[in-house]
Amino acid sequence: MKAWDAIVIGGGHNGLVNACYLQRAGLDVLVVEKNAWVGGAATSRELTPGFLYSNCSYVCSLFRPEIMRDLELPRFGLQVISYEGGAVFTRDGDYLANYRDHDAHRREFARFSRRDAEAYDRYARDVTRQCRFIQPLLMRTAPDPTSFRPRDIGELLYLGRKFAGLSPEEMALTLRFWTMSISDFLDEYFETDVIKANFALSGIIGTALGPMSPGTAYVLLHHYMGEVDGSVGAWGYARGGMGAVTKALAASFQASGGTIRTGAEVDHVMVRHGKARGVVLAGGEEISGKLVVSNADVKRTFLKLVEEKELPDIFLRRVRNFKIRGSSGKVNIALDSLPEFPTLPKDSPVYRGDMHFTDSVERMERAYDDWKAGQWSADPFLDMMIPTTLDPTMASPGKHFMSCFVQYAPPKVNGRDWTDADRDGFAESVISQIAEYSPGFRDRIIHMEVRTPREIEAEVGLTEGNIFQGELTFDQLLFNRPVPGYAQYRSPVGGLYMCGSSTHPGGGVMGAPGRNAATEILRDLAKPKQHMSPAHDVI
Amino acid sequence: MMSFDAIVIGGGHNGLVSAAVLAKNGRKVLVLEAADDIGGAARTEAFAPGFRVSSIAHVLNRLHPDVVKALELERHGLDIARGDFVPSVALSKDGPPLILHGAYGEVLTGASSSEQTAWKGLRAQLLRYAGILKPLLARRPPDLGGMSLLETASLGQTALALKRLGKEDMRDFLRVLLMNVADLLDEQLTDDRLKGLLAFDATLGSHLGPRSPTSLLGLYYRLAGETGGAAGAQTLPKGGMGAVISAIRAAAERAGVAIRTSTPVARIIVAKGRAVGVALDSGEEIRAKTIVSAINTATTFFDLVGPREIDTGFVRKVGNIRMKGDAAKLHLALDRPPQFAGVDAADHKGRLVIAPSPDHVEHAFNPSKYGAFSPEPVMEITLPSLADPSLAPDGACVLSAVVQYAPYALRERWSEGKPKFLEAIMTQLETYAPGIGKTVRHAELLTPADIEARYRMPGGHWHHGELQADQMLMSRPVSGWSGYDTPVEGLFLAGAGSHPGGGVSGAPGLNAARRIIAMRG
Amino acid sequence: MTRQLNINPSARTLAQSHFRTLRLGTPFQPRIDALAKTNDWYNWAGYRAPHSLWDEELEYFAIRNQAALFDISPMTKYRIEGPDAEAFLNRVTLRDVTKLKARRVHYTAWCDDEGFVLDDGTLFRLSPTRFRLCSQERHLPWLLDSAKGFDVTVEEETEAVAGLALQGPTAFAVLREAGFAGVENLKVFDLADFPHDSSPQGNSQVTISRTGFTGDLGYELFVPSEQALSLWDRLMAAGELRGIRAIGYTALNRARLEAGLIVANSDFVTSEHAIRADRLRMPDEIGLGFMVDLEKGHFNGRRAILEARARRKLRHVLVGLEIEGNIPAEHAIVYYRKSQEVGLISAATWSPMAKRNIAIASLARSFGDTIVDDLWVEIYAMRELQYQKLMKRAKVVPRPFIRLDRRTANPPADF
Repeated sequence: MKAWDAIVIGGGHNGLVNACYLQRAGLDVLVVEKNAWVGGAATSRELTPGFLYSNCSYVCSLFRPEIMRDLELPRFGLQVISYEGGAVFTRDGDYLANYRDHDAHRREFARFSRRDAEAYDRYARDVTRQCRFIQPLLMRTAPDPTSFRPRDIGELLYLGRKFAGLSPEEMALTLRFWTMSISDFLDEYFETDVIKANFALSGIIGTALGPMSPGTAYVLLHHYMGEVDGSVGAWGYARGGMGAVTKALAASFQASGGTIRTGAEVDHVMVRHGKARGVVLAGGEEISGKLVVSNADVKRTFLKLVEEKELPDIFLRRVRNFKIRGSSGKVNIALDSLPEFPTLPKDSPVYRGDMHFTDSVERMERAYDDWKAGQWSADPFLDMMIPTTLDPTMASPGKHFMSCFVQYAPPKVNGRDWTDADRDGFAESVISQIAEYSPGFRDRIIHMEVRTPREIEAEVGLTEGNIFQGELTFDQLLFNRPVPGYAQYRSPVGGLYMCGSSTHPGGGVMGAPGRNAATEILRDLAKPKQHMSPAHDVI
Repeated sequence: MMSFDAIVIGGGHNGLVSAAVLAKNGRKVLVLEAADDIGGAARTEAFAPGFRVSSIAHVLNRLHPDVVKALELERHGLDIARGDFVPSVALSKDGPPLILHGAYGEVLTGASSSEQTAWKGLRAQLLRYAGILKPLLARRPPDLGGMSLLETASLGQTALALKRLGKEDMRDFLRVLLMNVADLLDEQLTDDRLKGLLAFDATLGSHLGPRSPTSLLGLYYRLAGETGGAAGAQTLPKGGMGAVISAIRAAAERAGVAIRTSTPVARIIVAKGRAVGVALDSGEEIRAKTIVSAINTATTFFDLVGPREIDTGFVRKVGNIRMKGDAAKLHLALDRPPQFAGVDAADHKGRLVIAPSPDHVEHAFNPSKYGAFSPEPVMEITLPSLADPSLAPDGACVLSAVVQYAPYALRERWSEGKPKFLEAIMTQLETYAPGIGKTVRHAELLTPADIEARYRMPGGHWHHGELQADQMLMSRPVSGWSGYDTPVEGLFLAGAGSHPGGGVSGAPGLNAARRIIAMRG
Repeated sequence: MTRQLNINPSARTLAQSHFRTLRLGTPFQPRIDALAKTNDWYNWAGYRAPHSLWDEELEYFAIRNQAALFDISPMTKYRIEGPDAEAFLNRVTLRDVTKLKARRVHYTAWCDDEGFVLDDGTLFRLSPTRFRLCSQERHLPWLLDSAKGFDVTVEEETEAVAGLALQGPTAFAVLREAGFAGVENLKVFDLADFPHDSSPQGNSQVTISRTGFTGDLGYELFVPSEQALSLWDRLMAAGELRGIRAIGYTALNRARLEAGLIVANSDFVTSEHAIRADRLRMPDEIGLGFMVDLEKGHFNGRRAILEARARRKLRHVLVGLEIEGNIPAEHAIVYYRKSQEVGLISAATWSPMAKRNIAIASLARSFGDTIVDDLWVEIYAMRELQYQKLMKRAKVVPRPFIRLDRRTANPPADF
């Protein structure tokens, strides 16, 4: 029987990134994927004829450009298009737009508050400073603070030096920033509800926290540290939907000699004498490999794929304590024609951006209170966009694909599993909110896919449907991610590695966990890493 | 005319501690108190004919040992014996209570044996971790602008203490440090009563719910305090909190501190960036080389110094300190002692907590985010007259309770909301102590707005600023100025708004005095 | 034209359409558009402003030989008014505002708590209790937060007030010819109001100050935006025989360099915009130390500036350089002994008035401060797709690079 050099469980973007790097380093790599397609949460699927759905993740920014370059993704079809600003609709019949042009942005804010309009530069400066502090950490393995190994001490010193390089004012802000709520942080800059709501949304997307929860300022940063071709903080669409990212990765992987098996669900990881030897598929087929890399989240990997007896108690306890909380859902809609928003002029660039209807931090927080009570939000927060206004490949001319990311949706409804009726109720809360701002919206709907945490977990395999494979709170960041003592992509089982978003630096279509894991694996194998370009400078 | 080296504004416990320590170090010190009595929020006051109560702080659980020692408080009438430790009783609506005896539950009763084992482990862990943070209480926060060798060395000690925990323990410490309390409790405990009590304690006095990240710090803060040498222990001082103040006052006066009450300060006189004295409401001016403000940070700078004398960035920082209180104080004059269901006589002398579960506390917290009070509030109740009959007429009883959540900025305004909130509290009390309502002779409810007005505590916040991670240590009261000195030379802060924060600890006052002495002020 | 609408849209909703006009026109735009034959625009704080209109050389010489008209409307303007306006500005800015008499102007700057310069600008004292502060960047939150404790109102009036700079040897003659009687009494940094547009719709006043950004005889005129065009026409008509010419920024920039004047976010980075902490500058580090008045009461940054001076924490110095040869050294690196990198040139030009190659540079102390010899600049001159690298000797010289008596002469020269 053939023994692969490495078997990657899960063909999500991080699994594929990892596989690509390993294959290019000369390993013979197999990716096994349970679905009939690869992509994980970064897919484009034709769920109704003529429409491509980015049915899970829907926008691109965080994906590391170093990876795109190393893996020649443009050659395999990846192209990211910046989108144009966006808006928050207000309940008084107006909207607050975000324009890409600095002065238009200021004038737009000045419609609501001259003070806030002029406060924006200082806010942007402070957030940029924080991003610049974090960004270089994305593509580094977090140090183990309890270790005395030269490497860990070196990394700790690197962190220390980076911190010491800040001015005292910046240090103070950094310390506060990491523990503040986005709501409190914004209060220090702005006075207008809708302007605060406009920024606060980046502090909650993907988390099971409300904008008033400490720590959400950091979550905002997580959404700000991406880029589109050097334009830091910008967001874009992958041409052809988010599947274009994983399609390019898969093609790059195969072009370099890698093998992908779809429809191959892993039942468990074979472990002998404390070392991973391969995987066993659901049908019983055994595939042997010298090492195994799991793209699945840490709970799925160690509570479902590895036998308990192979793992130390303290590790198991920590894995069980890892917080993966479903907090969001998705409604994907095929539209017969472009919806109209009477408040929005027809020539507004906002149609080509992200749209929101939650015009105050309080509404956002109340939506979170529903989640805490085990219900989906009666007045949900939507991150809605129509990628087809920019990307002609996703639907035929005149037809549109609309993606609605919805918060909050609990992993269980009142402590029990989601039912189809719940799902319909959840969808209705979304559609009725849109219809409030867009008369005739319902009539344009050709097809709709509703994904509660139940559907996301079932299809993509994300525990509780959590898009980040684990909450981005301090207890689960850096050397605590996914669990203390195993934050360096290795696990207690020899030859079994983690490369998913459960690991540092966390979720989003970033690819950094996949690459960082490859770095560690190649280090263990003493393989050269010349095909891995250094992280881009932050100057 | 008498001349003074230092003037302390505010005769609360921190002001008095600061004054006493300065005086013991050879300074001539004058304390100016606006009210007609000293003690600030640590007074014992009459609230109904024949009834007296610790009017804000009512449980002594964190008076710092260095303060006790420096002021020789035991020689001045402070007497804390181990036997005085009172239990914490987690009340239950539909069953027997759960009780933490001794110093924060050395013994746990009313819980299953497996829960007792779990608690033993968790308690030890919490105390161990709080112990790491404890030394930080009695010293200046690290200075980010460049630390002296001494400071670096003492921080190094904290790092070393951390390393001494052992690898796995240290990892857990670093993981849970900024966690929310509810998650940690869910990880280790199962009994809702116990979890509710701990969730309540972690969030008491702050604008956080148990599910808010960082809320565990509140529990650490409590457990970093000690009483009678035991971490987490609590007592109800005989004579109320005012008795503690009397001891501090005696120590201060013995050291030569002069105290003037009913003497509000109108402003701090600043000349060329230096504080040189104070002007009283009466117009009188008193000069001194060192001015110590033991009152609220914002009041100090906005009202007494005035924004004209300080920089705009600093004005912003002070203005950004979050200090809107969520805790109300209830005083009931009762005809007779109440009977809380399932609680025996001895435990009635303890701290009775209504916080049935972390979720309940969280739900109580929700409305406060939007300026509404909790319809089903959580609270800690003491019946101080049971152990100290001098506080109430014969046979009668005093009930003192801290109740959450009562947001300072109530949207419907407290003039409207107060009667409704009192009703909500009484409904809760009636559930746990049936019949109590009929025995109420007099009720006094102090909302944060009342506390603000009566005790000159802006926002009615007893910490003079939210005690949350971003307002702690180097960020307390504001970043860049966490070491008790201020941008105004010769002016120092010594109140709860400064590190480490509120509660009757005396630590801010002590640390400030030490700083002044080190700076030869 | 008015139109009846079903709902009464708020001004906020009406303003939605601004996104269609990314670069606003100033109140003078119709006139400038008509003259802008080069169509050479740049973005000045969201306004469409001309680099040049016809010929930048001729525009420069209009400043030095005739009268040049430059639209300064995009400058950020704040109206500061109230019984405490003087005390407020005294606390915000570096100079002593109590010494600024009514109807006078001074050049000033303001700092954050750390003593880093937030901006520089001109402060117009329109009356004992009314001021106008003009600056490059926007500062409303800073000014409002600084106003706590003062009886003062601060309002942004950039769009409401149009401004023109009239600069050059015949500037006074143009104003006299335009009928601004009494303008001859204005000494440098004086200001006065003059009637303008006496028609019923107009009937406003124009505020004229003897100020400018050229080091030449010159005036700045401020008028409500509605009266902007009539003011323009009045000046152009009056100046026709005296060579008046509208100019763009390239010409002005050359003149300001000769005058040794600095521009925020060009010669130094303002502190609310600096992302990199080492880019921040104290007044002493950009040649504005003279403004710092330690004798007056508290002002923002005082403590930090005092400390930096006492502890010798000033790390940079801004100097004027005179460079060998005639190739402008814009953005060239400054070296000590041709090898050690010690600073950067932020602006440079050949000065037609001085016939010298001049520059403004920011150097790391003690270079430019105590070490002024053996300084060199490396000029990368792009010539037909090749860099010609020149190492040229640079000499620290005092600013301004030119001094024109006519700037301050009284009465002003009448041509």
